[in-house]
Amino acid sequence: MAKMNMIASLNSALAHQLERDENVVIFGEDVGYFGGVFRVTAGLQEQFGAHRVFDSPLAEGGIAAIAMGMGLNGLRPVAEIQFADYIFPAYDQIVNEIAKLRHRSGGEFSSPITFRTPAGGGIKGGHHHSQSPEAQFTHTPGLKVVYCSNPYNAKGLLTSAIESNDPVIFFEPKRCYRGPFYGDPHKVPTWNSHPDGEVPEEYYSIPLEEARIVKEGSACTVISWGAMVHVAEQAIKNSGIDCELIDLQTLLPWDRDTVVNSIKKTGRCVIVHEAPKTSGFGAEMSASIQERCFYHLEAPIIRVTGWDTPFPHTTEWDYLPSPQRIADAIKKTQEE
Amino acid sequence: MTGRKTAVTTPYTIGVPPFRPGEKADFGGAFKEQPEDLPRPDPAKSTAQDTTAHASGLVRVLTDEHEAKGEWIPDISTEKLILGLEYMMRLRIFDDRMLKMQRTGKLSFYMRSFGEEAVAIAQTMALEDNDWIFPSYRQPGAQFVRGRDMVSMICHCIGNTEDNVKGRQMPVHYTWKEGRFISISSPVGTQFSQAVGVAMASAYKGLDEACITWLGDGTSAQGDYHYALNFASTFKPPVILNVVNNQWAISTHQNLATGGRTFAERGLAYDIPSIRVDGNDFLALYSVTRWARDRASAGLGPTHIEVYTYRAGAHSSSDDPSAYRPEDEFKYWPGGDPVERLKTYLIKSNQWDEKSHKQLEQKIDDEVMAAYKEACEYGDLASGPYPPASTIFTEVYETVPWHVQEQREELGK
Repeated sequence: MAKMNMIASLNSALAHQLERDENVVIFGEDVGYFGGVFRVTAGLQEQFGAHRVFDSPLAEGGIAAIAMGMGLNGLRPVAEIQFADYIFPAYDQIVNEIAKLRHRSGGEFSSPITFRTPAGGGIKGGHHHSQSPEAQFTHTPGLKVVYCSNPYNAKGLLTSAIESNDPVIFFEPKRCYRGPFYGDPHKVPTWNSHPDGEVPEEYYSIPLEEARIVKEGSACTVISWGAMVHVAEQAIKNSGIDCELIDLQTLLPWDRDTVVNSIKKTGRCVIVHEAPKTSGFGAEMSASIQERCFYHLEAPIIRVTGWDTPFPHTTEWDYLPSPQRIADAIKKTQEE
Repeated sequence: MTGRKTAVTTPYTIGVPPFRPGEKADFGGAFKEQPEDLPRPDPAKSTAQDTTAHASGLVRVLTDEHEAKGEWIPDISTEKLILGLEYMMRLRIFDDRMLKMQRTGKLSFYMRSFGEEAVAIAQTMALEDNDWIFPSYRQPGAQFVRGRDMVSMICHCIGNTEDNVKGRQMPVHYTWKEGRFISISSPVGTQFSQAVGVAMASAYKGLDEACITWLGDGTSAQGDYHYALNFASTFKPPVILNVVNNQWAISTHQNLATGGRTFAERGLAYDIPSIRVDGNDFLALYSVTRWARDRASAGLGPTHIEVYTYRAGAHSSSDDPSAYRPEDEFKYWPGGDPVERLKTYLIKSNQWDEKSHKQLEQKIDDEVMAAYKEACEYGDLASGPYPPASTIFTEVYETVPWHVQEQREELGK
């Protein structure tokens, strides 16, 4: 075990993959010599060579397209999109090409790509360095969508994502790179003293499609992913209510059994995500939950989300779900 | 021009910058290209073919001895040149003040134009007042030319109660409709093809207006750059398409942006007149841009310009270039400093003097300081006040729809 922040643990996962599989190649904007603007690929070019870890021209559409070409011809590309907000020039390649390749070719071709991309708010990034566009991809059959939340699951999930033979969009909550985020912008805790900052240096993986029960409880099930897992944890503490907290980890395909079993136990549910509410992934979950748990529900399912507006700059703390808003929702589920 | 450098690392080629940290930067001395090398074709008749030499060469006016030479000497008054000098000095002093504000937590982020001050300023001065400006994040200087108040610019960067975009965008993402300065977006290059559309609308309305736009050498890899050239080539609207080749896109050197020839030469394949210009030579930039504007007025449509310059500072306040290039690289770059070059030319040609320069510098210092103090009275990032949270919900649509209204009420602010 070693103390790692999320940047170090992701870097460790990438190094193991480069070492174990000579077909793994890593590329993207600034990822080579410089090691990435968030330093996730630092040192990898030096260690593994410039043809395995390299800087690409600044064109996300091109990055996605060459990844598909490399992947269908036997390589296992790990492409970085510098900010999730910048993934949209690649959207056509991802949605129409990469996601459908296996199906359209009658199973003859596939391309095992992992797109790593920092996502989410909390860094004063305004419209274009703060979005959390997971729902744009969970609506695309053929993709897997993963959202890590701490150094330990980041490493294990990234390992499984790279080893997956299906294309994976891997979201990294940038606000949590160096420490968990409990919803208070003035407090900057580090991973150093957090149990999930204890990360094995050796290879390990965490299976995709499995949620993680962060904390067991009986009064209400709170479901979240990414940075909001920690905000929800704080909200549960503040509420004083015995909630079960689930970190979904993989959004597509999601671990419905774990969620359904929890709600059958608690009868109440709050879903928290920082992306806008309308057509957010919370809507999909909420619909599925009522299909499966209708007779177990004691109260309406509540979604606490970012607003249906662009992500703001100076007023971002009024945009992101706060511990207060989440705690209020938890309390409301108890009133019924 | 420094040659492209690539390191062949089997099995494919990876571009490398000329120098890395710890290495000595050596660009081989002064530019080989001289002001008298290239003729100035008649803008009212010129075709792409007339610019073949200009696309691979370098249009200059100022010599290494700080004299103006050659056919590209622009028709510009002393008064206007001194105004250009003032705007560039103001931009540099303004940038330094803003970076200090960022370092002390008064604003969240900043990007300087250091070393590239001439680009937006000389080029905007060469245009007409009703021309459209569609900038990237490194052309804020155009606003000085159009007369924007510094207090208003600083308020935007802070995102305080007087920010005209209401704290919605990151610093440096200016919008200023009054100056026909179109809103800046972070995704790089998107403005390039949008500018072609702006120019098509001007042409549609029968107005003698042009639209100028810029993107960087790194960004020219984006599809938007190529869309713009192709649409401009097809429809021939009055648009001036600039690739600011400042050598660096964060850590990505221009050698990694493309394996092709000069950026300017790409335009020739689209049959668009294309010129490579010394981007730190105020006179050359002004002249080439005016030439492009004259082409637009003559109904000849687009011009493609590579502005050859150097990003003297960091990409942004979040960047540390010493991790990927020699710290003193700028010192050895032969293009020099645009402010110093214009100043020296003006003094040498008896249009300006050191004493006036010092006085002007003091005047700008005082103005920037006064603007900074006034802007902070409307709030800074560290202590507020900020725009009200209600601004999150307004102007998403023309009117607030029910679902957004409900959410506003839920927030209760």
